[in-house]
Amino acid sequence: MSAKARAAAVLLTPFFALFTVVMVVPIGYAVWLSLFTERQSGLGFGGTHTVFSGLGNYAAALGDPAFRDGFLVLLGYCALYLPLLLAGALTLALLLDSALARARRFFQLALFLPHAVPGVIAALIWVYLYTPRLSPVVAAMESGGVGFDFLSPSGALPSVVNIALWEWLGYNMVIFYAALQAIDRSVIEAATVDGAGAWRVATAVKLPLIRSSLVMVALFTVIGSLQLFTEPLILDQGSGSAVTSSWTPNMYAYTAAFARNDYGLAAASSVLLALAAALLSFCVTRLSGRAARPARGPRPPLAHPKGRP
Amino acid sequence: MVLPPRTAVTGPAAPAPVRPSRSPAVRAAARRPRGRWLSPAAVNAALALAVLYTLFPLVWLVTAATKDAGGLLAGDALSFEGFDLAGNLTRLATEGDGIYFRWYANSLVYAGAGAALCALICVAAGYTFDKYRFPGKEALFGTVLLGVLVPTTALALPLYLLASRTGVVNTYWSVLVPVLVNPFGVYLARVFSAGYIPDEALEAARIDGAGELRVFWSIGLRMVAPGLVTVFLFQFTAIWNNFFLPLVMLSDQRLFPVSLGLYAWHGNAHGEPSFYPLVVTGSLLAVLPLIIAFVTLQRHWKAGLAAGSVQ
Repeated sequence: MSAKARAAAVLLTPFFALFTVVMVVPIGYAVWLSLFTERQSGLGFGGTHTVFSGLGNYAAALGDPAFRDGFLVLLGYCALYLPLLLAGALTLALLLDSALARARRFFQLALFLPHAVPGVIAALIWVYLYTPRLSPVVAAMESGGVGFDFLSPSGALPSVVNIALWEWLGYNMVIFYAALQAIDRSVIEAATVDGAGAWRVATAVKLPLIRSSLVMVALFTVIGSLQLFTEPLILDQGSGSAVTSSWTPNMYAYTAAFARNDYGLAAASSVLLALAAALLSFCVTRLSGRAARPARGPRPPLAHPKGRP
Repeated sequence: MVLPPRTAVTGPAAPAPVRPSRSPAVRAAARRPRGRWLSPAAVNAALALAVLYTLFPLVWLVTAATKDAGGLLAGDALSFEGFDLAGNLTRLATEGDGIYFRWYANSLVYAGAGAALCALICVAAGYTFDKYRFPGKEALFGTVLLGVLVPTTALALPLYLLASRTGVVNTYWSVLVPVLVNPFGVYLARVFSAGYIPDEALEAARIDGAGELRVFWSIGLRMVAPGLVTVFLFQFTAIWNNFFLPLVMLSDQRLFPVSLGLYAWHGNAHGEPSFYPLVVTGSLLAVLPLIIAFVTLQRHWKAGLAAGSVQ
């Protein structure tokens, strides 16, 4: 073993040892646990014992309307949140990148600040801003004759979407803006000299050039959405709104583990959630690879940093 | 792939390319009359409106933190009427024998120690992927990229199940160890290593007779310092904001990070409105470190986001 090989091994070991302990083993253990279930023995006096149940927990989770409804909620959430987030962040980035914007640094920072607020606290702030007695917003809306109950059954989804939007809008705008800034300025100048207006430059020149950033943000947003938990939990706790303890799949898994002590079911629903994320990631990267590079076939989602094949 | 430009070790990183001054033809084009919608005033007004949306809740947090429960419930939160910040801070420090500041210290330990170790581990791995060749390298790196796509919350429950089996649940370790791993940090570190560390510098050190680990420790790590700071910041934020993992792992209030403690207090506020000002003031204090980090270290954030976004 050469000195270089030894050094490489030494430097990689900490990461991969932890990677194994914290990611690989728990996933394996969850899959293992999901194959077993607890049975009451006898008349319920002998305690419980664990029996192998095969895919029983998966069948139980998928057969439970509460679990399936959670995915419907996620679908509705993504349908509302993803377009709003992408359109909003992209529009702001293009405005900031246009020659007309002033005070770029201030705008970037001010839009980015909500990302410095922990999700729990963001949710707490907004729940207080939704609560009729506490909120200046609700008061202002009422005096303006607009009555919207953020905590009502129909208001729960928009309320959660708004919290997420507030947290992530500026963050993703900065990503898009960085990608826009990396565009070779001569390309934009050429289009401008050819008589393309700002609108035309934005849609026909800039957008296609930052497609990969768009795909990446969409991908991470969808994966993030699958994990939706904190915001609805706080909304649920704060209001007695339409949010139930199994409103999202993640809440379902949490409830299964901590309220029902059914670890098999909790593990199975976690595994299903991770599988859904993997499937979605695969679809998004494949689709985008094909759409972006029809001539050369799909490429791996992240190119080698040095651009070597 | 846009790499951060190479700078002297002590020099600041400048990730955003400097705009060249625009040519006369472009200036002429910019002077052409345009539609009403693309006037500078309209563009900046739209941006200002977005800023109003992002900053308003934070302004409310500041003003609301100066009110007692009665003032909060009166709903007139956007003013400094009934200013009682000192009273709120005093109550924050005394409630539950000063448990809030214990949570705060816990958060600082989890986030500070966790992010520092994590950054070091990520940079060591990223540097190795960038500077060494060994069989199966790209396959191994592919595994890291797969790890980027694993939803962290989906991992938290399996981690809890594993921890409760091994008996480490409800300890500092149960919250600290999982956050030492950040696959995205390894990817970022590889990009930064390629951008900041010229191979010649390493070769020179080798010729001088330094061992491989010595080269990494005294040359590589020093040159990639801006990248190290970026990974540290990203992980610090992630841990400071972490909620789901401590929620499932910890039952002992004295081990809580501040996010979990505030959540517990918020649960009390329903039956006991005097907790409202505690939650609001506690939230304000918990947001401050990150806001300060953001404002003072803007460059590193942008460098990380740019490196992560441009393929």
